[in-house]
Amino acid sequence: MEVASLAFHQAARRALADAELQRALARLRQNFQSRRAQAVAALPEFEALRRAGEAIRDHVLQHLDHYLERFVERAQAAGAKVHIAATAGEARRLVLELLQAHGVRRVTKSKSMVAEEVALAEALEAAGIRRVETDLGEYIIQLANEPPSHLIGPAVHMTEERIARLFAAAHGEPEEHDPKRLVAQARRVLRQAYLEAEAGITGANFLVAETGSVITVTNEGNAELTQGLPPLHIVVTSIEKLVPTMEHAFTLLRLLARSATGQEFATYTTVLTGPRRADDRDGPEAMHIVLVDNGRSAMLGSRLQPMLRCIRCSACMNHCPVYLAVGGHAYGWTYVGPMGAVLTPALAGIDRTYPLPEASTFCGRCADVCPVRIPLPDLMRVWREEAFRRRLAPLHQRAGLRLWAWLARHPRLYRRLFGLGVRLLAALGGRRRRLRRLPLAGGWTRARDLPAPEGPTFLASLERRR
Amino acid sequence: MSRGRVGLFATCLVDLWRPSVGFAALELLERAGYVVEVPRAQTCCGQPAYNSGDAADAAELARRTIALFEPFDWVVAPSGSCAGMLRVHYPRLLAADPAWAERARTFAGKVHELVSFLVRVAGVERLEGQLRRRVAYHDSCSGLRELGIREEPRQLLCSLEGLELVELPGRDECCGFGGTFCVKYPEISARMVDDKAAEVEASGAELLLAGDLGCLLNIAGRLRRRGSRVDVRHVAEVLAGRLEAPPIGGEGA
Repeated sequence: MEVASLAFHQAARRALADAELQRALARLRQNFQSRRAQAVAALPEFEALRRAGEAIRDHVLQHLDHYLERFVERAQAAGAKVHIAATAGEARRLVLELLQAHGVRRVTKSKSMVAEEVALAEALEAAGIRRVETDLGEYIIQLANEPPSHLIGPAVHMTEERIARLFAAAHGEPEEHDPKRLVAQARRVLRQAYLEAEAGITGANFLVAETGSVITVTNEGNAELTQGLPPLHIVVTSIEKLVPTMEHAFTLLRLLARSATGQEFATYTTVLTGPRRADDRDGPEAMHIVLVDNGRSAMLGSRLQPMLRCIRCSACMNHCPVYLAVGGHAYGWTYVGPMGAVLTPALAGIDRTYPLPEASTFCGRCADVCPVRIPLPDLMRVWREEAFRRRLAPLHQRAGLRLWAWLARHPRLYRRLFGLGVRLLAALGGRRRRLRRLPLAGGWTRARDLPAPEGPTFLASLERRR
Repeated sequence: MSRGRVGLFATCLVDLWRPSVGFAALELLERAGYVVEVPRAQTCCGQPAYNSGDAADAAELARRTIALFEPFDWVVAPSGSCAGMLRVHYPRLLAADPAWAERARTFAGKVHELVSFLVRVAGVERLEGQLRRRVAYHDSCSGLRELGIREEPRQLLCSLEGLELVELPGRDECCGFGGTFCVKYPEISARMVDDKAAEVEASGAELLLAGDLGCLLNIAGRLRRRGSRVDVRHVAEVLAGRLEAPPIGGEGA
């Protein structure tokens, strides 16, 4: 997927004017926020759990080399083969080579944001391999040929009406509006795909170093069918998904479900350790795990390291007023919302993404709901500093700010200049005490009046009174 | 008897836009028994530079503000946002500066937002006065999340005779001001403040209060543009009983 984050501004404007998208976003806001709030209220130790989650993730990141080695050793001992991909291109090449070596023409795929990040779908298409997405949301956006707009609800930007139209066209059936019947249509297509697939590609929610296991969670059971039915299973995930032990994984799973959907636990949680053994009744004959770095190891030891704690729950975007206003596509790449505003610059480069960390009022709600306590606004500020160093923002913005800061260090001049300015604005405000329009302040006055200043400044008035 | 010397950091917005808030703060602090001084060389806390990634300019302004205010027993600002900058962010901004790190930490311990200072430090539990209005209180994000201010303004407001407090449904949601955000992303900011203004109108409040002038200018500007009749003021004006100045953006009585 091309990085289109430089066009955030224009994309956001389009999104605000898109009535269908706005209806979908309003629904998303209601559903996700209230469900999480209920789940958190029902668990008095939720704060303690967050701290435990943070500590687990920090520990892993501090000893990532150790846990990586251990995971590779254990997973290979269980019969899986582990590959490390330094870049997105390497990840694509590895997966294609595996598929070609097994003569695969048809794959099923469950959700993997890392596969999305490395643009695996495009690579499969170019290689002529048929891919069917088995997560319902992913299936929908595959029909629409769109990227996901949310971490766990890839099609949340769509309304039911739009999905009904898509299904009618794709399935050659009359337009159907009953959600149950729509799901039944998808199920028919997917069942066939599961049976025909020669390989299944999944992501991973956690990798357990102690046992070499891969953990996936879904609410549809599609990962199980994707990884269990075909003879070849390929896991595409990233290096930071490690946890030391199964117990740690389950602490994080409790946090994940509550933060994501307000569930106590996801409907399906599968622990997969190696391919089918001699006495197993099912499972793939071969299991390959592709661990993608793609810029993550460069974040270790930097101020951005806390971002690697992320467990992809989507609580940050579900509570972000900016995300809820413009949706995920405006962010222009795989990762969206507050977590995307920090992670995307790290993986795709700040030069191509600097509008993203700017797209926040620093209201702090994202950090408040983050299950592993990532200080997202602080990390966005790290990127703003980098963007400032590289002079990426428009000159007039940078110059204006520097001028303000310079004046603030010269109080006499500051007082004289701004004292005059506010008096002028007060006069312009007149008896209505507000301005409807002001040159150079169109950004403000297009949507709101500018309340006029009272006139003399506080310090000037104080001096006169005393 | 004086309970100590307070340096009033008026904030650039109050200084330039709404002196009434400065006078209200002065009065509330003096009534609580403090000697209040307003250093004349104060300007801006540096938050616009800090949040725009200009850490060097922000650090310069931080050093300047610390030097100016560190002689006081307490530093009080009628703003959660600016108090948060001084209290939470100055120590981080200067953490790597050996000459200033310790000074910044000591200084930060003295800094408080006005209303929380009155309740937590001065021990004010109630205020004399009356206001027969239905009032909504908007929590500024930095006051709420950086400084944990939630109950203090409500406690003092409810102690005023006749005042009826209504809660906004999205009371922990941002109004869309965000400092430079509102001019960098005006359309998104407009959507956010419109949602907020609609909630204020639907709440049946006649008067909207908050502890941060940035939010207030934003919400008042949108309410006026929508043709709403809801008045907007800084919480300090009401707590001090100083309602001589017309509401922010005009209208009302």
